Amino acid sequence: MAKTTDAVRPHPPVSDNLVEIRDLSFAYADRLVLQGINMTARRGQLVAIMGNSGCGKTTLMRLIGGQLKPTLGKVIVDGQSVGELDFQALYRLRRRMGMLFQFGALFTDMSVFENVAFQLREHTDLPEEMIRDLVLMKLNAVGLRGAQDLMPSELSGGMARRVALARAIALDPMLVMYDEPFAGLDPISLGVAGDLIRRLTDTLGLTSLVVTHDVQESLKIVDYVYFISEGVIVAQGTPQEIRDSDLPYVHQFVHGEEDGPVPFHYPAPAYAEELGFGHA
Amino acid sequence: MLEHVAAILRRMGARVINSVWRLGLATRFFFLTLLYSGTCFRRPHLVIKEIFSAGVLSLIIILVSGLFVGMVLGLQGYETLQTYGSEEALGILVALSLVRELGPVVAALLFASRAGSAMTAEIGLMKATEQISALEMMAVDPIARVVAPRFWGGVISMPLLAALFSAMGIFGGYLVGVVLIGVDEGAFWSQMQAAVDFRDDILNGVIKSAVFGGVVTVIALYEGYDAPPTAEGVSRATTRTVVSSSLAILAWDFVLTSFMFRGAS
Repeated sequence: MAKTTDAVRPHPPVSDNLVEIRDLSFAYADRLVLQGINMTARRGQLVAIMGNSGCGKTTLMRLIGGQLKPTLGKVIVDGQSVGELDFQALYRLRRRMGMLFQFGALFTDMSVFENVAFQLREHTDLPEEMIRDLVLMKLNAVGLRGAQDLMPSELSGGMARRVALARAIALDPMLVMYDEPFAGLDPISLGVAGDLIRRLTDTLGLTSLVVTHDVQESLKIVDYVYFISEGVIVAQGTPQEIRDSDLPYVHQFVHGEEDGPVPFHYPAPAYAEELGFGHA
Repeated sequence: MLEHVAAILRRMGARVINSVWRLGLATRFFFLTLLYSGTCFRRPHLVIKEIFSAGVLSLIIILVSGLFVGMVLGLQGYETLQTYGSEEALGILVALSLVRELGPVVAALLFASRAGSAMTAEIGLMKATEQISALEMMAVDPIARVVAPRFWGGVISMPLLAALFSAMGIFGGYLVGVVLIGVDEGAFWSQMQAAVDFRDDILNGVIKSAVFGGVVTVIALYEGYDAPPTAEGVSRATTRTVVSSSLAILAWDFVLTSFMFRGAS
């Protein structure tokens, strides 16, 4: 599987790394969520950020999108430090980013067509015929041209996510972030979603960041993996390196073992004591 | 004992501070809405869509309620006026009560429960399903795109709804007073025409209802925007919208009335 693409880029790149995260820490009030994160995603690469639920993956994505500001450290996207941009500059940068939310986050009062056309209408003055052609192209790329007149409530979970993907790439972004793209999908939709993410990354010359806990599906498609546990990066490498890793956490995660460094039990007082036998 | 009292005082204090915070945040939200209203005027179809969903869809409840309120006014007014032998003044009584007070206030209360609660639930669910986040990530400001059009939709619809409420009410008063009871038709209309002043009564009523429209939509939108993204959070926010906006309508009605009709009588 190709690691990078030879897609033609309109502008000479500022650096080969589209996303660079340096010594990033983030805390909500007094709860430290991420600590000392260092991470890079090269242009054209498909990078996965993995970890168990609640480890700070989604927070990391929000930091890259500028919805949260780092407590310490820097997030650099296309040469710009996201946390230090003013409102206008941040919105200019976001026009070149796409984001796929966990359940699609389609606008429920608009048809599939209008959802995909949304950004084109908001940010461009293109004539209606051109918007129509662009929307149909994007919908065709995700295989849902025939569903253009449906409302989001009429779509299955997998279809909704593909429409959201078409919407995310409507303005041909340089970076697309996927928040749990595989969660809650049946095995067929799962395979389709995985192939689609890989294919779009290659054909459109995108850089993709996938936040996921679906190990098997993502190891099949990604170029590089970062493992996060309790707010720190515990392992990183190519899918093969991850599969062969003998780090206890990675081993537990990749092979889905119940107990290991990540305990089955949430921290609690001793069982006997809580049931009232402790003082006997 | 002393600790118990202190705990109660602390809880009360926390609630007061919380309320003041929310009031401040809602005010900031209101000014942000005004600041980002430019998009609405450049793209009027966004506002027209909201006038449809807040205004046109509230028409039935407003028209039917207006008719019944007017009919009750006709009955009650006739009962009282005939004691003094001045039934012909029924037209004045019905028209002035509706145009000055009942039209704006009752229409606004209905608007708060019909359109305000819907707005809160819609925005709250948009937030819960990450649609608001998606807008931000698509570099579209949610205040400009989602909140401001709804605000102006409410401010524009409310006076129109109140006017229709009053018109239906007057028709209801006419049905009961003139058609049913038999008050003189000429006196009913001519006395009304002579006594109702365009600036003092009708215009003030319109101003009132525009203010109510603004108050209700700001509360509804803020509650939705601020709601925790859970089923319970959205349902609480919807309830709060109806309760707070009803109280706010009545309080603002007193303030506006005291300024508007100071020397009118």
